[in-house]
Amino acid sequence: MQLSREALLRAYRQMKVIREFEERLHVEIMTGEIAGFTHLYCGQEAVAVGVCEHLDHADMIVSTHRGHGHCIAKGCDVKGMMKEIWGSREGICKGKGGSMHIADIDVGMLGANGIVGAGSPIGVGAALSAKIDGNGKVAITFSGDGACNQGTTFEAMNMAVVTKAPCIFLYENNKYSEHTGVSYSVGTNKDIASRAEAFGMKIWRGDGTDFFSVHDTMRDVLEYVRAGNGPAAVEFDTERFFGHFEGDPQRYRGKGELDHIRENRDALKIFRARVTEADLLSGADLDAIDAEVMTLIDEAVAEARLAERPTAADVLTDVYISY
Amino acid sequence: MAQMMYRDAVLQTLFAEMERDENVVVLGEDIVGGMGTAGGPEAIGGIWSTSVGLFDKFGKDRVIDTPISESAIVGAAAGLALAGKRPVAELMFADFIGVSLDQIWNQIGKFRYMFGGKTTCPAVIRMAYGAGFNAAAQHSQSVYALLTAMPGIKVVTPSTPADVKGLLTQAIRDDDPVIFMEHKALYGTMGEVPDGDYAIPFGHARLCRAGQDVTIVTLGLMVGFCEAVADKLATEGIGCDVIDLRTTSPMDEEAILDSVEITGRLVVVDESPPRCSLASDIAGLVTTKAFASLKAPPALVTTPHTPIPFARELESNYLPSPDKIEAAIRQTLAWR
Repeated sequence: MQLSREALLRAYRQMKVIREFEERLHVEIMTGEIAGFTHLYCGQEAVAVGVCEHLDHADMIVSTHRGHGHCIAKGCDVKGMMKEIWGSREGICKGKGGSMHIADIDVGMLGANGIVGAGSPIGVGAALSAKIDGNGKVAITFSGDGACNQGTTFEAMNMAVVTKAPCIFLYENNKYSEHTGVSYSVGTNKDIASRAEAFGMKIWRGDGTDFFSVHDTMRDVLEYVRAGNGPAAVEFDTERFFGHFEGDPQRYRGKGELDHIRENRDALKIFRARVTEADLLSGADLDAIDAEVMTLIDEAVAEARLAERPTAADVLTDVYISY
Repeated sequence: MAQMMYRDAVLQTLFAEMERDENVVVLGEDIVGGMGTAGGPEAIGGIWSTSVGLFDKFGKDRVIDTPISESAIVGAAAGLALAGKRPVAELMFADFIGVSLDQIWNQIGKFRYMFGGKTTCPAVIRMAYGAGFNAAAQHSQSVYALLTAMPGIKVVTPSTPADVKGLLTQAIRDDDPVIFMEHKALYGTMGEVPDGDYAIPFGHARLCRAGQDVTIVTLGLMVGFCEAVADKLATEGIGCDVIDLRTTSPMDEEAILDSVEITGRLVVVDESPPRCSLASDIAGLVTTKAFASLKAPPALVTTPHTPIPFARELESNYLPSPDKIEAAIRQTLAWR
């Protein structure tokens, strides 16, 4: 199905925001201004955007420790996210969550998660909520090739099948679980989707560096799940441009590997080539978005630097609703 | 007022709250029972008979019989709650929190804080706990101290059918996550239960016996033991305040401290091991906040620091008993 010019511009912009958000964090983290652990989503932009462009706020997603891209794609406020990562009380979580726990329930983003695999059963519960309401909404759990080895993920897949929950188990296979290769850690010959199939789900696969592959695949997956057929699983083959965490020396990478994937498996380059060759958008259209996004990220960082810091009293709030 | 069994107070409260609010859903292993069998649904209604008839009345979308997958049960409750439902999950045995601990500890207990206060997670996790059935080390534990140590969740331990109704009603209506612990040895006990809408606010202990000489702080099955000992000592002119905590998080510190300021003597009776326990927590509270009132060191009646043994002779020696409680009280009174 042909996407409108507006839809194409929007998709590119979303991917570009994720890319520049992460590239900028990579630089800013070196300055020591940002505390804690940060896991960057660069390289996987086509997955988050190709999925979330199909969703509205009533559809729910559950994310991972590598969650910035999912948050942006689902509609979290970019400046609020930057402030959160800076630890400001103006941040999207008041500086109490940080990079690993960004959430915004109002836009259907049920949380990044510091525990690998923990999101899968949460997604099943969110999907069961949609099933009870009969509203055709879905929950999507993003997992990596690391999370696919957690028992929680197996439990969640079986429970989703048994309860016919409208849950989509979405596996982003970026080939590394932390510092270990997928050929070692995933016993089913590097293949994750076949596991989901063994649990009784219909499965799909796609190229996670190509927005159009993800977007087209997800159209079919969502149609199937929204129709009340129960859960489904989809695996996207993708790339991680940075290390597991910022500061990771990446000694596990092959010689020239990062240059190769940056050159040949870059979702933004692939998108640009596809839409300009087909005359859907011009290079100037995309350049204008690039400039606009760079300004947005500059502003986000500048505002995060100046944003209000949390106080000692803030430590004690938000533990309970009633005490 | 109606006479009712503890287990029936659980069932009737679930029934009433599910009728009152369509967002209340229940899930757990065998809470329907018989799914996929010749006998068909409702063959069990929960192994404690605390969900009998819910499936027939409310249907499969709101009464969700799950596989044996405790992480997924609690995780699904978390997701349901984030999405706006009021799930009541049953873990069958409290000991099974070991399998699902991440979802309780790192997830439901932390969402609100990590997400900057924008989230509610009104999930209730019910679980049967406690010893006395020779169920051995993995089906008998009283794990409230472990759960009380986790900020962000509330922990409730009713000791009577009336408190089951009042506290479970509150738990389901509460916007925070609640661990609701039902003592196995109390399921068959009878008591008066108030009619109509009845919710007990958390953090308010119940004074079961009043006296001037010693403060006994306890909970769950031990409440009855302490009441019996207090009644016996009353015939000798020894007066005991018996305080049933009802909830360990939040805990009614004021009730404990107010009592100790009068009696000057504290006995804590806690059906769990002594290290990092509820007993040591309360002793710490009283010694730090009511030190000047104390006439004797706090006495702690707990189990030994061992796993729970199987054999009848071993388990009965393991548990606090009325005799042990009485001895501790007399020792406290004799101290000078």
